[in-house]
Amino acid sequence: MTLLKVDKAARNFGGLKAVDQVSFEMESGTIMGLLGPNGSGKTTLLNLISGFLAPSSGKIIFNGQNLAGARVDKIARAGIARTFQLVRILPSLTLLENVMLPAVFGHQAHWGKEADRVAREALEKTGLGDRAGAHAGDLNYIDQKRLELARALAAEPELLLLDEWLAGLNPTELQEGIRLISSLSGSGITIIMVEHIMEAVRALCPRCAVMNAGKLIADGETSQVLSDKSVIAAYLGDAEDA
Amino acid sequence: MIRLAIALAALAALAVVPMFVSEYELGLMIGMATYVALASAWALFSGHTRYISLATVAFYGTGAYTVAVLNETLPYPVVILCAGLIGAAMALLVGLSTLRLSGIYFVIFTFGLAELVRQLITWYEVTITGTLGRYIFLDLSARDIYWQMLALVAIAIGLTAWINRSRLGLALRAIGDDEVVAAHSGIHLARTKLFAFTISATLITLVGAVASPRWVYVEPLIVFNPTVSFLTVIMALLGGANRLWGPLVGAIPLFLLFEWLSVNFPDTYPIFLGLMFIAVVFVLPNGLLAGFDDLRARFGRTKP
Repeated sequence: MTLLKVDKAARNFGGLKAVDQVSFEMESGTIMGLLGPNGSGKTTLLNLISGFLAPSSGKIIFNGQNLAGARVDKIARAGIARTFQLVRILPSLTLLENVMLPAVFGHQAHWGKEADRVAREALEKTGLGDRAGAHAGDLNYIDQKRLELARALAAEPELLLLDEWLAGLNPTELQEGIRLISSLSGSGITIIMVEHIMEAVRALCPRCAVMNAGKLIADGETSQVLSDKSVIAAYLGDAEDA
Repeated sequence: MIRLAIALAALAALAVVPMFVSEYELGLMIGMATYVALASAWALFSGHTRYISLATVAFYGTGAYTVAVLNETLPYPVVILCAGLIGAAMALLVGLSTLRLSGIYFVIFTFGLAELVRQLITWYEVTITGTLGRYIFLDLSARDIYWQMLALVAIAIGLTAWINRSRLGLALRAIGDDEVVAAHSGIHLARTKLFAFTISATLITLVGAVASPRWVYVEPLIVFNPTVSFLTVIMALLGGANRLWGPLVGAIPLFLLFEWLSVNFPDTYPIFLGLMFIAVVFVLPNGLLAGFDDLRARFGRTKP
């Protein structure tokens, strides 16, 4: 079943085409890596899907419903959750409250014991279960990243958007992170992950899409995409340039 | 449960106080209750969201003016009801147009709003009705006003307690920390803020309506005095605007202090108001109650 269909989505900032007529589809339960050099429009594309930015044109069809330009909270309730490239937590709330938020207001709208259970489960999954009562502002960077993921999970999303969630982890944490994402992907969540760490991309994503200067220049099986000439050119420059 | 019992017992005790005090002391009690109600109602919206509103006096004055205009034509309970409805309608209108603003822009707008309302009423009275001042002659004793104000205090604090335990409270706190995350968690920002702002502003309007008979003579310059807005903010901040009892803890000592200052230093007391404002923001940015908690934590740690 097609969960997400992005159809000729575009976003301009003045004269700059940050996302330029991008189209792709995703089946339910799959995971896709979204690659591309800095400034190629990956985060902007995620922002269009999560509703943080409205597309200038094009459609974003999720579960048969066009969500292009819908309000962020409506898109969240429809079942799309995300993490942010620069970690965003709610510092004055406890970990449990941080994670409870999307359980209460999100896709499934739980309250009371059920919200508490969903939130605690999400904290357990990310290894924060024993610190539920701590204040989020007291966490170190890695734990803040875990908290962000826990928050996205507590939304019980159908589509999860990870914006460089693995960036900044040390090798041990990276292996742990990869295992975590792979277990999520096995549980039926559809995932788009923007990632620069090739090791993680190869381990997790059977499919990859590559963006350059706002355009989708490749989309397919990961090893093929990574050996594609235009992809190598986008990262390393054209042979003629050299 | 125990806390609720203590709060109700305190309320009952406060309700019988008028039997034992002089007229002057009862006046003080009314003033104190007025500011506790204002600060608590203000904090109901601003405490968690951190939207600092200086529109308090716009609503407070509107409540007082509604009574001044209607007190001779309608029975008192209907007048109070009208004040509440007018306050709610105004809050919806203001909320819809301002809650998209953030930070300093919201503060400036709300400050401007109080001036706008005052100027509009002055213009209306001068050019349309031809009178600037109005009299309020109501058959209400100081005790009646005190009891009504006490009821408003109970409602403001009770509502805050209820909101703190509800989904609305969680949403407001999330908004205060990061609106982007709140929206991405599925919170309808505009609706949530508008709802809380309207409850808060309606309560403030009612406080103005209930307090108004104490003035007897009312004109825009008196009831739309911006000092009311500033006092409310610093009282709530002093106690801790995001705490249930914070506004009360801040309002009582500051009210007494300013009462004393205005009697003993009538010309220079606004200077003290400014100094207090600065002191609160610098010394106790999270309020007295948070300060006590910090102290307790520090002493708790040094104990063997």
